[in-house]
Amino acid sequence: MEYFVQQLINGVTLGSIYGLIAIGYTMVYGIIGMINFAHGDIFMVGSFIALMTFIALGILGGIWLPLALLVTLLVTMVITAAYGWTVERLAYRPLRGSFRLAPLISAIGMSIFLQNYVQLLQGARVRPLQPVIEGHFILMKSAHFSVVLSYMQITIVLVTVILMAIFATLISKTALGRAQRACEQDSLMASLLGINVDRTISLTFIIGSLLAAVAGMLFLLYYGVIDFYIGFLAGMKAFTAAVLGGIGSLPGAMLGGLIIGLIETFWSAYFTIEYKDVAAFSVLVLVLIFFPTGLLGQPEVEKV
Amino acid sequence: MNGTPEDQPVLLQVEHLTMKFGGLTAIDDVSFTAKAGEITAIIGPNGAGKTTIFNCLTGFYSPTYGRLGLHHSDSEFLLERMEGFRITQQAHVARTFQNIRLFGAMSVLENLIVAQHNVLMRASKLSFAGLLGMKGYRQAEKEAINKARYWLQRTGLLEYADQDAANLPYGAQRRLEIARAMCTRPALLCLDEPAAGLNPKESSELNALLNYIKNEHQVGLLLIEHDMSVVMEISDHIVVLDYGRKISDGTPVMVANDPVVIRAYLGEDEDSQLPQKIAEDLPGVRQDA
Repeated sequence: MEYFVQQLINGVTLGSIYGLIAIGYTMVYGIIGMINFAHGDIFMVGSFIALMTFIALGILGGIWLPLALLVTLLVTMVITAAYGWTVERLAYRPLRGSFRLAPLISAIGMSIFLQNYVQLLQGARVRPLQPVIEGHFILMKSAHFSVVLSYMQITIVLVTVILMAIFATLISKTALGRAQRACEQDSLMASLLGINVDRTISLTFIIGSLLAAVAGMLFLLYYGVIDFYIGFLAGMKAFTAAVLGGIGSLPGAMLGGLIIGLIETFWSAYFTIEYKDVAAFSVLVLVLIFFPTGLLGQPEVEKV
Repeated sequence: MNGTPEDQPVLLQVEHLTMKFGGLTAIDDVSFTAKAGEITAIIGPNGAGKTTIFNCLTGFYSPTYGRLGLHHSDSEFLLERMEGFRITQQAHVARTFQNIRLFGAMSVLENLIVAQHNVLMRASKLSFAGLLGMKGYRQAEKEAINKARYWLQRTGLLEYADQDAANLPYGAQRRLEIARAMCTRPALLCLDEPAAGLNPKESSELNALLNYIKNEHQVGLLLIEHDMSVVMEISDHIVVLDYGRKISDGTPVMVANDPVVIRAYLGEDEDSQLPQKIAEDLPGVRQDA
């Protein structure tokens, strides 16, 4: 029992991070119908920027920890968003209106570019960060196992929940969110209503990158080590999460993220850790057989 | 035919508009004007280039040559040089489509609020004001909803306000398209076959709506329509196209009696007596071509 609860906590934490990344995939897919394969690498860039900001703040020294975290968060978000915007501007926008596979290939190119760029600048070795948020609660205790809920895990889940709330309000209540939904449905008509479609798409990439930046920072704080390659697998998992939840559906992305996180954790805990990725991807296959549009995706109804 | 004063200002001035697709000339040197507070109908047989003119006006195509000048609020907008969304945002041209293009997954009310995007986006200050629900944004949103409600009332759609646009009956969807176009505060409203598929009752309601828009809001209307009963009844000015050329231009009476127009619609070898008779019948004829 204690072991199960512990794995549940770990799974939700991991799932939160996946969910944050998955939203970037699903949003971009919704609005321009392409899979942004470079999104995982934007997440990786985000965690590197967080690392560098932390080190820089450490050199400056002696800042009150919550303030240091906040500064790092803001710096990471701004710079990562700039990366996301630039990728869209350079690699995808010129290809808009060309055949469907063109931006996809361009995205794979961007992904490889970003990996190599970080590898060249930061080296191929893993970069560590000493634990920043330490301490934990002990929830349950038995003879030889105690359930631990660390402050870091609370932070991750809390930050994710807050961001989701902000994000949901943004999409449903603000002019920008409405414009995004309009572009999703009919971008030509949206432009006829005076909506700047290009800018709306740019903002979508920026919002996705902001969430990926936060995910990157949380990942760094949680695991304490990063390298230039983390974006690939995390991106793959998040993409799987987005598809599992129903690509194009925002609550679906979050749900998918949680499911993938939980499956991975439980599989590693009860079966073999080497096959945790296999388990996650197998569930995707199974779900897609029974729900071809994902769990919360809307089946496409062609109205004549 | 409505007695509109002759001194309405010129709103749209189309000069020598030509649109070529490769070797095909879809529009060949067409010039005409449309005035504010008037309904200008563009008619012509299928393939005459009517919708192509709309596509040039709304930035879907950039004309091969020609000048599309829109005059209002003391400035001139050259539509052929503007980016698509700026034509609505700055020059205030709105358009509806032959095949309805609503945002089906949004509610009727939201469709009308999206149309007021630019006002709301400015009020939402990079979305921060919108997210925090600040006073300025709430105020702007309230105004947007009021405006939407006004047009819902005008088009008789108030009862549908919270339904998804895709679930509306056909006639209501057509009216919603017009309401949405009006929410962008247009100076020129381009309607592509608004009466298509409407029954006679709906069609006469549409006429009343268009007259209301024209008289109360001083909008210039540009109308493509096959239904001659609509065209003859509400147009102040008719432009007739055939094979991409303008063949006639004038008041409904002038156009209906123009032998060139009759020939284009009915073919060459008609009895010489026919034109007079057809001219009399024309307002009542439903054109099903």
